[in-house]
Amino acid sequence: MSLVFAAIMSHGPGMTARAERADPAVRDPFFATLDRLRARLEDSRPDAIIVVAAEHFANFFMNNMPAYCIGMAEDYEGPVEDPDWLRIARRTIPGAPGLSRRIIDKVIDRVDVAYAEEWKFDHGIMVPLNFLTPKFDLPVIPVNINCQGPPLTPLHRAYEFGIALGEACASVPERVAIVGTGGISHWPATPNSGKINEAWDRAFLDRWLRNDRDSLTSYGDEETLRDAGQGGFEIRTLVSVAGACKGRTGELWFCEPIPIFATSGFAAVMETGAESAAGAA
Amino acid sequence: MSLYALQKLLYELNRDPAVQAAFSAGRDSVLARYRLSDEEIQALRSDDIGKLYILGVNGQILMHFAAWRGLEWDDYIQAMKDALAEHGQVQGGIYAAVDGGKGGAI
Repeated sequence: MSLVFAAIMSHGPGMTARAERADPAVRDPFFATLDRLRARLEDSRPDAIIVVAAEHFANFFMNNMPAYCIGMAEDYEGPVEDPDWLRIARRTIPGAPGLSRRIIDKVIDRVDVAYAEEWKFDHGIMVPLNFLTPKFDLPVIPVNINCQGPPLTPLHRAYEFGIALGEACASVPERVAIVGTGGISHWPATPNSGKINEAWDRAFLDRWLRNDRDSLTSYGDEETLRDAGQGGFEIRTLVSVAGACKGRTGELWFCEPIPIFATSGFAAVMETGAESAAGAA
Repeated sequence: MSLYALQKLLYELNRDPAVQAAFSAGRDSVLARYRLSDEEIQALRSDDIGKLYILGVNGQILMHFAAWRGLEWDDYIQAMKDALAEHGQVQGGIYAAVDGGKGGAI
């Protein structure tokens, strides 16, 4: 059936590692929004959640870097980082190998996707799960788009990949949720960590909410690097979720700069088609 | 420039507790497995996070390494700023292009 839930949100490690240092006036409403997002996810009664992430050299390196990879393991381990630093305990997270396999079989019809039966989750997946499935009990299908080590897949391909993911989910009987997670503008892990181009973020999200494929995929990497930092390359994950919900539009729930999180705290949802189906049933 | 090997070492160290144990027991045995320059070996021997940043290690790799070495967040950011002041801009990798070639300098 069609996706039952589609959203995007930030994943900065500071959201758990340094939460107490954020301005409560912004942090508290942001975290309250994520609580609301979790409620919406739970209401959608998902069998599994796809997390489209931009991992940070936890599993993939420049010796053999896949542009796209989907996990197909029985379970996953995370966080790969020092758990005391991230403040998320290391644990095993259930996978959905059969469902992964069927989704990969469909996606590979359109996109040359890599697969992995072993995957250590870094903060890019662990932080969103910490807020969306705090018991880490919902089976996860991790998806990675290389956003760190150029050459990078072009944005129009990320959108196409999203379309393939959306169609693959529509072809299976399970109820599948999807969340895209990456920064918008940010300069993470540099001396400029905390720098945020708020206007750029809002303009990007406006394109995302309208699901305007042409404008969403028109950013050049040079322009993104200049205006949104090297962290801006992670918009590929957000663009792919728009592709998975092609033809539908979104709703912004939150976007405010939170420098100690190194990005804007943001959350937005997109219609998937399941809403009207639920109404009809 | 052996930035690739330097980053490979840190990548493998970051994700593999067995490599971390070997590194903690005597880091030279780990360093010897990679084709590193003397400058890179010196930076690794002395946990010189700032110098590793200048040499071009991707920040996403370096951040995890710094955390594992026990650097507090503010000290980690400061180490990069101090190194930029001491050594000048980032010399390789993608961060050499960040902020118009200033390597992330404010």
